[in-house]
Amino acid sequence: MLRATGLSCERDRRQLFSALAVSLDPGQVLQVTGANGSGKTTLLKMLVGLYTEFEGDIAWSLERPPLYLGHSPGVSPRMTVSENLVWLCSLQNTRVSDTEIDPVLSALGLAGYQDNFCQNLSEGQRKRVNLARFMLCENPCWVMDEPFSSIDTAGLSYLESEMQRHLAQGGGIILTSHQSLAINSDLRQLALTP
Amino acid sequence: MTLLTGTRFGRTLFGRTLFGRTLFARTLWRDLLVHLRGVSEVLNPLVFFLVVISLFPLGLGPSPEQLREVAPGVIWVAALLATLMSMDLMFRADYDDGSLEQVIASGQSVIVFVLAKVLAHWLVSGLPLVLLVPVVGLVLFVDSAGMWAMVISLLLVSPTLSLLGAIGAALTVSLARGGLLVSIIVLPLYVPVLVIATGMVQAAILGSDVTGYIYWLAAALLASMTLAPIAVAASLKIAVDQ
Repeated sequence: MLRATGLSCERDRRQLFSALAVSLDPGQVLQVTGANGSGKTTLLKMLVGLYTEFEGDIAWSLERPPLYLGHSPGVSPRMTVSENLVWLCSLQNTRVSDTEIDPVLSALGLAGYQDNFCQNLSEGQRKRVNLARFMLCENPCWVMDEPFSSIDTAGLSYLESEMQRHLAQGGGIILTSHQSLAINSDLRQLALTP
Repeated sequence: MTLLTGTRFGRTLFGRTLFGRTLFARTLWRDLLVHLRGVSEVLNPLVFFLVVISLFPLGLGPSPEQLREVAPGVIWVAALLATLMSMDLMFRADYDDGSLEQVIASGQSVIVFVLAKVLAHWLVSGLPLVLLVPVVGLVLFVDSAGMWAMVISLLLVSPTLSLLGAIGAALTVSLARGGLLVSIIVLPLYVPVLVIATGMVQAAILGSDVTGYIYWLAAALLASMTLAPIAVAASLKIAVDQ
């Protein structure tokens, strides 16, 4: 689903990576690793089209754009959890109803939070609101920047099981994480070294 | 668990325009909700507008002739400053909480998104100004001919101010304190409409025909409605692109 070749990126006169090739096929996980500041976030932003100061070609063959999870949760503090989810899913051309949202929120430990304003949620809870989107939308590729940070162990195992399910359905995942993944599938590592 | 209602909106022109409309409607509704829930931020510029104008009779003395003479200028300058004050509401929150990233990464039309946001912003900041004009006009002894010209010209100009202001707001959204910079970027763009609009009010007070002014203001509105969103969308992409 993804073929990217010859990726080179320079920031503040430091070469982050050069002539990098990235590819992803259905059912695969690509874990991008590297030290802090090695360009993991930049690479992910390049792949989803948020960062454009680079050389090389990125070709997606997808019917829907990849779903992206960045450092900011992307939820508006003045909207409720379910309002945020409806809006975020509508950006992916997916219409969701409360009956679809409720079970996902309970699985993510946010049962009963549907009508709470996101400004009253903790950092981890806001992240979970954004993560709920991955279970609600049918985008075949997930691009996740540090999906496990500020998520507790119960959430972590649920997330891993959802990833497993997504991969079994022929989806692909690109993520950055410092921890090793407990996912039984075609897992490849991409180590960014300066 | 996941159900996609309707068909996939593909790359057909029909699909694009159809979804464009719902993106517009959804963004408009979302922004109105957000603005109305943060009512103090919305009220600040309006209170500022009222306070500035009600200070003039105190400063200049209560003579109706003098106040009537300066009224159009005073109201226009106050409206301009109030609009500038409210510009920070436009994109700041979306930039800070990452919503902007999500919109751009989703591949939806940023231009449609921008148009809906500007309309929502105008509904909570520009339209109330128009509605306040008759009230502040009374304070400054504006006669009925001048009042009508004032309301009509502000109705035409305030969306233009929001659209042009959005360019400045988008260019400075990634800066922590862009307030003054917005004024420097945007005020030169405001000058032509300001000149035409005050000209229209003066002409109406003198009893001459204002049709030509209305056409000019409408032309400025149409031009900014078609061109500004392109500039705003490009600026927002640059703001996220770092």
